[in-house]
Amino acid sequence: MIEIDAITKRYDGVTVVDNVSMVIEPRTVTVVVGTSGSGKTTLIRMINRLVEATEGAIRLDGEDNRSMPGYELRRRIGYAIQGHGLFPHRTVAQNIATVPGLLGWERSRIDAKVEELLTLFQLEPKTFGPRYPHELSGGQQQRVGVARALAAEPNVLLMDEPFGALDPIIRAKAQEDLLAIQKHFGTTIVLVTHDMNEAFHLADKIAVMDKGKVVQYGPPAELVRAPATPFVETLIGDAERPFRLLSIARTGAAAEPGEAEGEPIREDRSQQEALADLIWSGRDALPVISMSGSPMGRVTLDAILKRAARPR
Amino acid sequence: MRVQFDKLGIVIALLAVYGGLWASFATLKPNRIVQGKAEAMLQSLPAWAGWGLIGVLVLATAAALFRTSPWIKLLAAVAALAALTLSIGHAATFLTPAGNTYARVSPASGFWILLFAFALLAADAITRLDPPPAMRVLFLVVAAAAIGTLLMSGSWNGLSIMKEYSGRADVFWVEAGKHVELALGSLFAAVLVGLPLGILCHRVAPLRDGVLNTLNLVQTIPSIALFGLLIAPLGWIAANVPGAAAIGIRGIGGAPAFVALFLYSLLPVVANTVVGLAGVPRAANDAARGIGMTGWQRLFKIEFPLALPVILTAIRIVLVQNIGMATIAALIGGGGFGVFVFQGIGQTAMDLVLLGAVPTVALAFASAVVLDALIEMNSRVPNGARSA
Repeated sequence: MIEIDAITKRYDGVTVVDNVSMVIEPRTVTVVVGTSGSGKTTLIRMINRLVEATEGAIRLDGEDNRSMPGYELRRRIGYAIQGHGLFPHRTVAQNIATVPGLLGWERSRIDAKVEELLTLFQLEPKTFGPRYPHELSGGQQQRVGVARALAAEPNVLLMDEPFGALDPIIRAKAQEDLLAIQKHFGTTIVLVTHDMNEAFHLADKIAVMDKGKVVQYGPPAELVRAPATPFVETLIGDAERPFRLLSIARTGAAAEPGEAEGEPIREDRSQQEALADLIWSGRDALPVISMSGSPMGRVTLDAILKRAARPR
Repeated sequence: MRVQFDKLGIVIALLAVYGGLWASFATLKPNRIVQGKAEAMLQSLPAWAGWGLIGVLVLATAAALFRTSPWIKLLAAVAALAALTLSIGHAATFLTPAGNTYARVSPASGFWILLFAFALLAADAITRLDPPPAMRVLFLVVAAAAIGTLLMSGSWNGLSIMKEYSGRADVFWVEAGKHVELALGSLFAAVLVGLPLGILCHRVAPLRDGVLNTLNLVQTIPSIALFGLLIAPLGWIAANVPGAAAIGIRGIGGAPAFVALFLYSLLPVVANTVVGLAGVPRAANDAARGIGMTGWQRLFKIEFPLALPVILTAIRIVLVQNIGMATIAALIGGGGFGVFVFQGIGQTAMDLVLLGAVPTVALAFASAVVLDALIEMNSRVPNGARSA
């Protein structure tokens, strides 16, 4: 659990982060969104003390983050940034081994960890371990950057626009991978982005920042249903509202008993995908199947449209 | 297959034709300071040796002129250079009248032009072969060993430059030692001071302009003026600081030369350290801090290794510059190869000037090759990937 308690950062009298308090639950993905200059990067950099707070405190599992030297704190918290920040003079394996090395792990344990992570990120250890970062594609570099951040098995992973430099197709893949990794390790992830689609796709909770303040902090659906300020409304976008609601709900939740013709849809797909299927195939209902492929009834166009309507 | 000419080969061939046919090969002087009489290649050598040399040179020129494997070109260049160096030694014995100990034989313009042409061919062939750094150092060692063997064998003993040497063999090696000591010692001191100063300038931005501008200013002072300017303060130190005179600090001699070379070396070292550190990718630096490296770990594990090729480039510049500039130290009694250069100028004995100049050039060339190899070994990351 990360408790952010009335944290403020001022640079020469300019307040960048203004009295922010929030609690981040363990094993969740929290996405901080906002325009550039809203203070979102400064906020997460205060968690691992790359930026020292002017006022307030941050506690990790109840322990003040100033109770140890900054570099020791940072070795316990994963950190991944846009453009990956890999060390160009070190191989992929050496890059990933950095933090375990700093922590003084034994050679054999480090090697095992590097191999585990490379395998997990679908990079063949024998092939990719000895390569240098410039020999990898953008998507591979980004994966190595995240693998490096996770090497010392941190409870918390901070990510500053980690997918900002990737093209859309690789970005979608990277987001899926991140969710899978998060489930695998149970890591608490705090991620900064200005991409609302990314935020809705990844977040358990979204914190919207505007001019240094957190103006709303809650589950994605709440932001759509009850935007706290006009700024949040603008950020979500009038035209996007119904689709955002559908994008965060599973098709399974809208399923009802009954029959339908044609290609079925899996229950874990979003309702937005179900809607797209319905429109594209010109049908009124789709058969729904479970993850294992057994029938779960159907989902109708009406049911989906109702769920996309403004909540009363 | 069509026969194709090599562009550089045409230049080399023209040089070889001019150097071999029109220019004279060796000069015979009645004694060491008067003007001599230049002789063409066939007049300088016994017939068999003269025609043999011409044969080798014609073959080597052909190898240069046409497009062939770089290995063949290198082999041709080495053969031509070997034939030239052996022949000039032979010419010395052949031209000197028997029993005449005053007469001197030196290489003439044709010899130097041919030497240059085939050295160019060798350099071009090596560039095309693009050997790994270790191989280039090996080439250097082989060349040095060959020249060493040639000198030891005595086949050059008839040449004027070797006669100048044989009269000064002891002094030569003492001055060689002083030369290397001056050049390397001042470089070492400059690295010792310049590296931390560069790191400090990188970290403390307000210092940067002041320090670099001051060092720039020092760089613009002519070396002779700097020697002069140093006489007074060093003399004062020698007279007033106990023990200073005992370790060799004086207004003239080695001390001011050392200090001047040190001051000239500082700018490249400090400036390249600053540039090298500034070139470290921001993201890599931020990530290093973000994953928990301390300031020192960041400096030694990330910044310094990434800046090293640029810093080594500065060291290469400084070393070559110092080896050349140490020659001037002789003017104020600092010793080094410059002693022979200035003596030679004083006596109008050009071969004595060469005795100082040739080892200086060879030393500078060898250090450049070694340091270039070092730089390449330390920059596995291509420049294009640095900003990634």
